[in-house]
Amino acid sequence: MFTWIEWLADQLIFGLLGLAPDTHLGAALHFFVYDTVKILLLLFLITFVMGIVNAYFPVERLRSFLQRNRLFGLEHLLASIFGAVTPFCSCSSVPLFIGFVRGGIPIGVTFAFLITSPLVNEVALALFLGMFGLETTLIYAGSGILLGAVGGWVLGRLGVERYLSDWVQKMAEQPALAGDFEENGQTFRQRLPGITQEALSIVRGVLLYVLVGIGIGAAMHGYVPEDFFEQYLGGGQWWTVPLAVILAVPMYANAAGIVPVIQVFVAKGIPLGTAIAFMMGTIGLSLPEATLLKKVMTMKLILIFFGVVTTFIILSGLLFNLIL
Amino acid sequence: MKTIKILGTGCPKCKQTEAVVRKAVADLGTDADIQKVEDIQDIMQYNILSTPAVVIDEVVQIKGRVPKAAELEALLKA
Repeated sequence: MFTWIEWLADQLIFGLLGLAPDTHLGAALHFFVYDTVKILLLLFLITFVMGIVNAYFPVERLRSFLQRNRLFGLEHLLASIFGAVTPFCSCSSVPLFIGFVRGGIPIGVTFAFLITSPLVNEVALALFLGMFGLETTLIYAGSGILLGAVGGWVLGRLGVERYLSDWVQKMAEQPALAGDFEENGQTFRQRLPGITQEALSIVRGVLLYVLVGIGIGAAMHGYVPEDFFEQYLGGGQWWTVPLAVILAVPMYANAAGIVPVIQVFVAKGIPLGTAIAFMMGTIGLSLPEATLLKKVMTMKLILIFFGVVTTFIILSGLLFNLIL
Repeated sequence: MKTIKILGTGCPKCKQTEAVVRKAVADLGTDADIQKVEDIQDIMQYNILSTPAVVIDEVVQIKGRVPKAAELEALLKA
């Protein structure tokens, strides 16, 4: 599928610019062109497919479905899967959270959505697919969705409702609002232009991050010696996983910027599980998100929420290092 | 005169939406009271799940995306 991009990069770098493939600069530039084109293409395809899914299954529909049906625990998994396919926007997480609580959705189910939504998103998936291949991407997506479902379930069992902000608790006590989901009756053909434009605007929005991330990755590829990290961070002592995650949690980076760098880490000797756990900590939890959530949660709940998710990220990192 | 409220907590998409609304109103040359609602408690009165949202005369018309100018003009003419 990607051989034509390889050819394109060959022509451009080795042909047009006349650089030799065995020089640092030639190799780095080739890597940059090839990866950029491939990832932008994948990003468009994935956002486009997610756009189609979303046009037919918007979050309003999930809410009204969850209000009407009891799934005996599977609702956590369903909410988590929805979180993965819904395009993530940090500014929507608070309205969504309150909307679910007000609609009478159990808090654990709401958290399942909230955990997975940033963790598994279209940008992360496109970059993983481009840089690590299908198998790693499926492992990442699958474990992210599972992590959201289990994390949400645990938070629900902890009975964290009492740590919501007062005004949110009052809202939750009011009679549940009916889900007002209605089909908008447009045909697929009518929706297509909107979906395409939305996908293009997401690609445009992260373009700069992709370029910078791949740029840094390309530079590191050419110049960082093989096994550089292995020398310093070792071949997977267990404590490197919690350390990587705890460093990553307060950081916030767009998945587009972080995956290409992580790919270099892995290529230069960092175990994949450690890298995935670091990535999950960076994009799944962050200080800006905590600030947003402060409007609806007490500090105590934010700490419990972050604590539970961090623990599960560390556990999955350790597990990956054992089995991969 | 129509009252247009833009609901959003201040993310980039909300700002884009405000710009589109202001432009649509200016292009149509109509008189409208444009308000930016940023307080989350006020926003949640409208029972929406995603921002930005556009409310015209207390009816939620657009939610969870940046509207197109033509779309808004059609809504404002109605």
